[in-house]
Amino acid sequence: MTSAISVSKLTKRYGEIEAVRGIDFEVAAGETFGFLGPNGAGKSTTIKILCTLADPTSGTARVAGHDVVSERDTVRRNIGLVFQDTTLDNYLTGEQNLRFHADLYGVPKVAFGPRLRQVLEMVGLWDRRGSVVSTYSGGMQRRLEIARGLLHAPRVLFLDEPTVGLDPQTRVSIWAYINDLKAREDITIFLTTHYMDEAENCDRIAIIDHGKIVAIDTPEALKASIGKDRVQISTADDPAAIAALGEIFGLEAGVHEGLVTFSVESGEHFVPKLFESLPVAIRSVSVSRPSLDDVFMSYTGKTIRDAEASIGDRNRRIATRFGRR
Amino acid sequence: MAQDTVSRDALGAQPPDLTELIRVAVPEGSIRADLRAVSIVWRRELIRFRTDRLRAVTSLVQPVLFLFVLGTGLSRLASRGLPAGVDFRTFIYPGVLAMSVLFTAIFSAASIVWDREFGFLREMLVAPVRRWAIVVGKCLGGATVATFQGLIFLALAGVAHVPYDPLLMLTLVGELLLLSFTLTAFGVMMAARIKQIQAFMALTQLFVLPLFFLSGALYPLNGLPPWLTVLTRIDPLTYIVDPMRHAVFAHLAFGQVLNRLSPGITWFGWSVPLGLSLGIVAAMGLTMLGIAIAEFRKTE
Repeated sequence: MTSAISVSKLTKRYGEIEAVRGIDFEVAAGETFGFLGPNGAGKSTTIKILCTLADPTSGTARVAGHDVVSERDTVRRNIGLVFQDTTLDNYLTGEQNLRFHADLYGVPKVAFGPRLRQVLEMVGLWDRRGSVVSTYSGGMQRRLEIARGLLHAPRVLFLDEPTVGLDPQTRVSIWAYINDLKAREDITIFLTTHYMDEAENCDRIAIIDHGKIVAIDTPEALKASIGKDRVQISTADDPAAIAALGEIFGLEAGVHEGLVTFSVESGEHFVPKLFESLPVAIRSVSVSRPSLDDVFMSYTGKTIRDAEASIGDRNRRIATRFGRR
Repeated sequence: MAQDTVSRDALGAQPPDLTELIRVAVPEGSIRADLRAVSIVWRRELIRFRTDRLRAVTSLVQPVLFLFVLGTGLSRLASRGLPAGVDFRTFIYPGVLAMSVLFTAIFSAASIVWDREFGFLREMLVAPVRRWAIVVGKCLGGATVATFQGLIFLALAGVAHVPYDPLLMLTLVGELLLLSFTLTAFGVMMAARIKQIQAFMALTQLFVLPLFFLSGALYPLNGLPPWLTVLTRIDPLTYIVDPMRHAVFAHLAFGQVLNRLSPGITWFGWSVPLGLSLGIVAAMGLTMLGIAIAEFRKTE
């Protein structure tokens, strides 16, 4: 069976800026693939190319077996898109939004009725189909978008930050729908997220930074590749503590989330030594096993929360970029 | 999950297997698919117009003011220039009728700017249909909605002593449709370039009143000072207001009186035939539609 997504030597240049600098990867059919990276790393640009919203400067990308440039419409018929900012018509009802989509995507008229019911029941909105979308909550709107993305039975579903801006309960329920979907539909999911606990749901993850893919593997393998525990301490004098860690232990520490952070082989054995030797008063210590957060940090030099801090700027940038088209 | 069992039961006889649908749901692109897209984009405009009754009412305020307040106020003064028995309101009625669709048509194009701001435009632009289908659907939708708006004002014809003659009404509706289409195409062309709703509204204000005042909606086109003669001939609205007025007065007056009331458009003394006049409006609409399609076809 062919790959659902196949990217080869892909680059994209916006004037002086090289947003994507030659990336290669494959996503197998049926896989759930997470695409992570700090803001401005080339993540959004890559998705736009895969969704045929932007043309690559060089290289090729094939989605569902078709080239995103020369077979654009075939690609479009085979993909479903759920973007982080809503693309619903708030003045129409849920059903009218989906009908609009069905007509644009050429869903056969006889198939529309049953399919509408299937996707709306899957996301628990069948009873609300007659309500105007502006009366939906944020979580309901996102679920409606997921249902719409699935309406034309795409082979690849792109979820760009599907849970951003939602409360924790809604995030959990959205993921329940996505997992249910994986079980019920023969579909490949390509998603981006800022929540590392959500990335754990992926079969494989790629991390992109400065326009290049820096890591690609299963979440388990990526965590194993780091191998080290993460230690975070709060001290009376952070710069002095960082300097001392460097001098005494030869460790490279940095401040993340307001705490002095570094990685060591075996955290629980290191902590006693730390109290013995560090000349700075320690207020608290936490040791954690490698998580995807650590994987992300080790490959990009940032924690995902640091990356998230500028998400507002990024949304604004996307908005203006979109506006200029 | 409880949800699951409920939905299975509710589905009943319908096929629970999704994979079957998956295989049939991906037809190849065709002209029929594009026409289906035109139709749904058009229908969406109608649905939104139907749910937005306030817009229908507020858009009527301005033409009603022009016809009944300005028209009545000026009628005593203006009646001296008109043949006996002809009401000034009858004279300005065709022009004000054109005005009644002016705002609605351009504002329905403004919905593209809204759609862009609220993201819905992207839903349309990523669909596997040709961009022309989206733009044409939008223009036809705006034209239909604006013509509906014009029909409401057309119902008031009797008050301005315009007879409800079926042929006259049909002619006027046809002309309204043509005008609405051209105006929407103009709006859509602007909306392709202008991304902020405020800027779009400001520009619309800038265009609309000069277009109206220079169109000869409120005065005859002959005997004007040269500068105004030139400006009226440049205004595209002139080329629709004149045929509309001709239609009205052709039903009311004959011979000399008709010529005085509806002298027609002249270019350096040559009188422009009605057909050419309408052709100019249609050609402008199609040209602007073409520009709009080209604008929306651009990808990043």
